[in-house]
Amino acid sequence: MTTETREPPAPLDSGFRRNDDASARIGDASARNDDMSGGDDGVSARNDVASGGNGDSPVAGDAILSVRGLETQFFTDEGIVRAVDGVDFDVLPGTTMGIVGESGCGKSITAKSILQIVEAPGRIINGEISYNPRPETNSSTDLLSFDANSNEMRAIRGGEISMIFQEPMTSFSGLHTFGNQIDETLRLHTNLTKQERFDLGVDWLARVGIPNPTQRMHEYPFRFSGGQLQRAMIAMAMCTNPRVLIADEPTTALDVTTQAQILDLLQRMQEENDMAILFITHDLGVISEIADEVTVMYLGKVVETGPVFSFFDEPKHPYSKALLTSIPSMFTSSRERLPSISGSIPHPQNRPMGCAFHPRCQSFMEGTCDVREPELASVNEAQEVSCFLYEE
Amino acid sequence: MLAFFIRRIIYAIIAMWAVSVISFVIINLPAGDFVTTYIATQLATGNLILEAEAESLREHYGLNDPVYVQYAKWFTRILRGQLGFSFEFTEPVRIVLERNLLNTLLLGTFTVVFIWVVAIPIGIYSAVKQYSVGDYVATFLGFLGLGIPDFLIGLVALWLILDLTGFLATGLYSVEYRTAAWSFAKMWDLAKHLILPVAILGTAGTAALIRVTRANLLDELKKPYVTTARAKGLTEWQLIMKYPVRYALNPVISLTAYVLPFIISGSVVLSFVLDLPTIGRDFLKALTAQDIYLSGAVILFSGWLTIIGTFVSDLLLAWVDPRIRLEED
Repeated sequence: MTTETREPPAPLDSGFRRNDDASARIGDASARNDDMSGGDDGVSARNDVASGGNGDSPVAGDAILSVRGLETQFFTDEGIVRAVDGVDFDVLPGTTMGIVGESGCGKSITAKSILQIVEAPGRIINGEISYNPRPETNSSTDLLSFDANSNEMRAIRGGEISMIFQEPMTSFSGLHTFGNQIDETLRLHTNLTKQERFDLGVDWLARVGIPNPTQRMHEYPFRFSGGQLQRAMIAMAMCTNPRVLIADEPTTALDVTTQAQILDLLQRMQEENDMAILFITHDLGVISEIADEVTVMYLGKVVETGPVFSFFDEPKHPYSKALLTSIPSMFTSSRERLPSISGSIPHPQNRPMGCAFHPRCQSFMEGTCDVREPELASVNEAQEVSCFLYEE
Repeated sequence: MLAFFIRRIIYAIIAMWAVSVISFVIINLPAGDFVTTYIATQLATGNLILEAEAESLREHYGLNDPVYVQYAKWFTRILRGQLGFSFEFTEPVRIVLERNLLNTLLLGTFTVVFIWVVAIPIGIYSAVKQYSVGDYVATFLGFLGLGIPDFLIGLVALWLILDLTGFLATGLYSVEYRTAAWSFAKMWDLAKHLILPVAILGTAGTAALIRVTRANLLDELKKPYVTTARAKGLTEWQLIMKYPVRYALNPVISLTAYVLPFIISGSVVLSFVLDLPTIGRDFLKALTAQDIYLSGAVILFSGWLTIIGTFVSDLLLAWVDPRIRLEED
């Protein structure tokens, strides 16, 4: 898991170059933003613990992607929906950050905000997204300082940070061959010739485990199965050797066997390419398999974050605890009712006062939880929780 | 693909036969026949026609035969290219149709091109910039164009142009060019006369096509493949033109089915109002005079052109959409 493995596949090495002008511009912009990215001690403490298992544990403050105070709101006719309401988390190089939460908690919008591809009427209101591709130089860039349609942002999208989506069947254009669609990505982010791009596409299809890759390049997406399409999408996202891969529920639409294969593939890709993954899901089983760290979201806010083992062994936030107890166990008898979280997620426009989770919370404290809003704070070396139970 | 092609041809032939029956029924629907109208017009001009004379006319044109015999005679003649005799113009139907065929094709083709060139870009803009000022303006003008009948716009525009510029925009040629041989001056004169009818005929079609394009594209813009394309780093216009617009144009291509018949019969009322020498104008005259062979031929050909248009649009769709082309194997 070192930066050396970042090189493209050997036979095509010669022609493969990132668009130099784009990265130069990113470097320029980083000068402006240096002052904002420095010194966040709470974060670095957590990072140290999280990556403790690795041999080459990253040094403090070297998150490749660091999200701070992200707020994304939707300006609908009925009013403003605060889909993402002050989200903080870090993704460390070569590791996987899992974001969990129920539908509508803002996890997908968070992911789209990072690439600035939130659809109207959604708009990023506030926050900072520091992207630091070379931790050793600590030259981080605030992605939000770029205009959504700027050349800088487009060079990052699909080049530095790629994204794969929930529904592989509808995420490709059915009117264009797969070869055409992967060629487009390579054309945008490399200086390769047409033939080199084609060969690289074939190479990537083979690497994600699709048989007859040369022939498949000429085929239309409806000739692929769902699992093959997700593999193909991973190939399309990976072909530019991105440093971060955002996976937005990439296994949700697939059956369980295919799901396991895709997770294996993602982990293999991560190891081969020393790539960070931001993995979004509502499936805790998937999280336990793939994530190094977990961030739990509820109604647009982070309620808990920490290493994956701490999350499963000692969840701190009542919401995390409730989520974990609602997983069916192999030892539960079939007559027993599955525990569920009482109540339902409030509509984002009717946010409860105080802690948004308090109407459903087992540990609700009257006069505190419904009055004040808790803030994310460290409870130990590894975990951060936003809950009054842990306030001194 | 070949099986698809052959199946469509067989469907088309069956449909064309069915249309011929319906056309024949329609032209025979009005009470009385051509001779009745003929007697009435002759009476109006003071000529008395004897019952015996009328009867011999009916006999001559086979109007006393049973309906199916009349149909069989009519249809077999048409297949042999004999379109019959126009009572109204007192010359063969074929001559009547050929006289204004070029004018009709010119007017129709220019109108169709006008509609496509104007409507598709506006429709795309309206969808991409939904609820913008431009979208509201396009929508407003579009509904106006849809709502106002073209003959009314025609009359108002005729009067306005005459009043403002002194140019009489009726017909397709000025008097001096009507019988003249083709020359640059005649073409220029034709172009000046074509602008108004093309624009008026185009308004309703443009309005409809703007709405179709806009609605289709709005649906497509929300599809996940658009987000995928955006996440690749394409510029907004690059990705919109490459993906959702391609999808949104499929239903527009289906509309080509109506383009061919529109070229012949889309200008009926406006041709009458603006006195345009087109088949549409002749068709209206033939209908009012119960000139069955001429009106029958126009109705039949419009129907057939719809079928041919549908066939062509099926082929076009198969050509642009691999899902149709390859699923039919």
